[in-house]
Amino acid sequence: MSPIARLVEAFRRWGVRGRAPEPVPILLTQRRVYVLPTKAGLAYALTLIVMLVGAINYTLSLGHVLVFLLCGLGVAAILGSFRNLAHLSILPSRCEAVFAGQDARFGLMLHNTRHHRRYRIRLDGGEGVSVVDEIPGDDGIEAPVLIKSRKRGWLALPRVTLETVYPLGLVRAWAYAAPAMRCLVYPSPASEAPPLPEGSGQQQGRQQRPGGDDDFAGLRPHRPGDPLAHVDWKSAARLPDGALNTKQFAGESGETLWLDWQALPAALDIEARLSILTRWALDAHTAGLHFGLRLPGKELPPGDGEAHLHLCLEALARHGEA
Amino acid sequence: MAKPEAAPPVTQRQTVWLAATALGAFLPLAPWLPGWLNALCLTGIVWRGWLLWRRIPLPPGWLLNLLAVAGIAGIGLHFRNLFGKDPGVAMLALFLALKLFETRTLRDATGVVLLCFFLILSQFFYTQSIATAALMLVSVTLATSTLIALQREDVAPRAALRLGGSLLLQALPFMLLLFLLFPRVSGPLWGLPADAGRGLSGLSDNMSPGSISNLSLSEAIAFRARFDGKLPNKGELYWRGPVLNNFDGRTWRMGPPRKNAADGVADKGDAVQYEITLEPHNQPWLLALDYPQRWPADALLTSTWQVVAQKVVRSRQRYTLRSVPSARIGLEEPAYAKREALQLPSTGNPRSRELAQALRARSPNDLALANAFLGRIREQNFVYTLTPPLLGVDTVDEFLFDTRRGFCEHYAAAFVFVMRAAGVPARVVTGYQGGELNPVDGYLTVRQSDAHAWAEIWLAGEGWRRVDPTAAIAPARVENNLAAAVPRGDPIALLARPELDWLRSARYRWEAVSNAWNQWVLGYDNQRQMALLQRLGLESPDWRTLGALMAGLGGTLMLALAAWTLNQRQRIDPLLRQWRRFESKLVRAGFVLHPWEGPRDLAARAAQALPRQSEEIAAICDLYAAMRYGRVIDDQPLDELTRRIAAFAR
Repeated sequence: MSPIARLVEAFRRWGVRGRAPEPVPILLTQRRVYVLPTKAGLAYALTLIVMLVGAINYTLSLGHVLVFLLCGLGVAAILGSFRNLAHLSILPSRCEAVFAGQDARFGLMLHNTRHHRRYRIRLDGGEGVSVVDEIPGDDGIEAPVLIKSRKRGWLALPRVTLETVYPLGLVRAWAYAAPAMRCLVYPSPASEAPPLPEGSGQQQGRQQRPGGDDDFAGLRPHRPGDPLAHVDWKSAARLPDGALNTKQFAGESGETLWLDWQALPAALDIEARLSILTRWALDAHTAGLHFGLRLPGKELPPGDGEAHLHLCLEALARHGEA
Repeated sequence: MAKPEAAPPVTQRQTVWLAATALGAFLPLAPWLPGWLNALCLTGIVWRGWLLWRRIPLPPGWLLNLLAVAGIAGIGLHFRNLFGKDPGVAMLALFLALKLFETRTLRDATGVVLLCFFLILSQFFYTQSIATAALMLVSVTLATSTLIALQREDVAPRAALRLGGSLLLQALPFMLLLFLLFPRVSGPLWGLPADAGRGLSGLSDNMSPGSISNLSLSEAIAFRARFDGKLPNKGELYWRGPVLNNFDGRTWRMGPPRKNAADGVADKGDAVQYEITLEPHNQPWLLALDYPQRWPADALLTSTWQVVAQKVVRSRQRYTLRSVPSARIGLEEPAYAKREALQLPSTGNPRSRELAQALRARSPNDLALANAFLGRIREQNFVYTLTPPLLGVDTVDEFLFDTRRGFCEHYAAAFVFVMRAAGVPARVVTGYQGGELNPVDGYLTVRQSDAHAWAEIWLAGEGWRRVDPTAAIAPARVENNLAAAVPRGDPIALLARPELDWLRSARYRWEAVSNAWNQWVLGYDNQRQMALLQRLGLESPDWRTLGALMAGLGGTLMLALAAWTLNQRQRIDPLLRQWRRFESKLVRAGFVLHPWEGPRDLAARAAQALPRQSEEIAAICDLYAAMRYGRVIDDQPLDELTRRIAAFAR
């Protein structure tokens, strides 16, 4: 790390007053907001200096007036940018789990504690920037901070830089915030996984499936958590408002599939196993199967639906957690 | 709504903003740019806006380059120069128009706005009137709003203009502070280009028939004077300009300037002190009332009693003088000066020379000779007119014996010629005579139409005596003004006519405003600044004091403005205020608030967390919920809520 980078890092740590993550809600008080000119602001200052020299040289009194007016505008720009950011309150909001390698979307609730509108606030978590166009007075808006997830487990929101150059683009006001917030990262599903373990584990009255599991076997009322692909949309129009049917397929009912850590080849390492199990869990869920998960030291009883899938994926994500 | 950020290219609306700003910076400058360049720039700006509005692709790069090269070549041909003030401004306008076609990113766009600021500044080379200042405010508001639109491209035009205006209003106090306190440097930091003072009118260093009558048609102000005491009589208001000694048969010219041996005239008790605000005339001399006693330190008094500055007057100047109207000058004039004042071409104007000899023979002394000449003018029907006939080779002869119609320069020149031919040292003095007192602000306004020429003859034992031949033929010219002296129907300036009184009084008022502007805004210089600060109680302000004062006041101003902008706190709903108080009490008790929780859920959770106060919590939350979401007619429950929350123990 170069000395300059170290200095910058030290400044940033100081910027959040050494407490990361911070307790929420975070209020960007006046002491936490910094201002410095942007490149455009420096060009503006340089222009003003040249103009002032011209005005002095040609004794243009109105030239002095113009230059001083623009100086005042610069000061107003400092205050404007400062005011656009100061007294903004930050609260963690939603953050949905993602698979490793995807962008984790940390939702931050930006609450405008003042009556005036705020515009064009950029949020930068270090990996890409998102922009909030407008926050009405006394209102809040959710802004995403996208962070690329690299490995499974809990991903904490790193320090976020909030900045704005509004209204004139001449001055940048910024503040650092590190709200306590984390995102669950599932293992990345293996792209080349062995097929679902047919017949592995305990079979409970598994029947012959001559046509594979795609065979249509009738309809039943829709339950929350049924895979969307299995909803019988064609019949939806005939049913009363909001009611749906789910298509059932042969081989689906009464069959339990175990996704078993031990069933995988012994040569695979932990992450590869987790990756394959993730793929299996997703496939089993898509196929509408009833499945359970066995990990060393943990067993999830068979079930189905989104909630069950999430439990399985969470177990996989947090496997080996201290 | 939040969205991932995109690269910032300049959008359609933003380019329209830029074109409007460019127009706002360019149009006030147009009267001073060559016509073809105006057409080119205007076409460029409008064309750019049009292409954009109709979403037509940009013209190819080679066409723009061609236009740029052609434009620069045109500027070079037009001004015969590429480096200088005028070609520089022209080039700036051209670049602005063409740069609009090259504006792709936000950075380019900011550059265009900065270029516009330069262009707005450059119009002050040509005019600094009140109207110009107003136009500048319009242009700057437009530019500021454009900067806003560059940040928020979806902003409504009115909102952008309002915000731009509000930012400029915030900038005003800083402008005032800097304007008053920023240390003023007088004079240029380096040499001005040669064309810095083109197109200024005024007296010149030579006089031929017709040169002053041309000037008399101009109502432009030559200078303004403010007297410390009583105004001298109108007949004493001879403002001395160039003294013309050399005659070549047609044109009178100024001789080489020499420093005056005497150090001004002695005080005779009737000295007048006055301050002159001289309009730039691109010549070195300063106008002074006859005869100067004190003059500015950076000027000098010549042997012909002219006050001459060291540098050409290219900007409005203010200086203080003291004169003694009744003084005698040149009592002991050296021989060479008298010789100079007798110089005539060896040939020409034979009839005038004859007349001189005849007058010489008849007159007992020089003064009688001069009076004899003036008497002759008075008696033979000479006419004082602004439109004299053109004169041929022997100008003096033709005027004295044939046409007999002339303006002051004809009379002065003929008088001096005859005096010299008769052996009396004489010289032509040009300058201004009279002036008009503005009753609104008490300044005496002297216009180009007050330009005048008179004569001085040297008499033994008396020195130089002023003789105004015009007074002999048209005494009203000296006692009143030009309009009273010339025949009706002469083409004098409209406002000099006596019948337009109401118009004149309106003009007095306007000129008083404009003079105040000149004195306090345009003429705010080092001296004015020091005088102001001394009046404010600073003994000897130097730049360090100014710097400290500026920093201190600027900082205070900024803090005040910051406090004002940051604490525009809305009037919060009293019910909500009480609820917030309750919430903060809970937080201080170690309870964690969830933003999504309503009062009932909060009550349930808080009652668990703080079991000892569960009843009170439930009561407060119920009351709040009832008031917030139920129907409440009077404020009585609010009082109860306030009381309960105040009593709520942490």
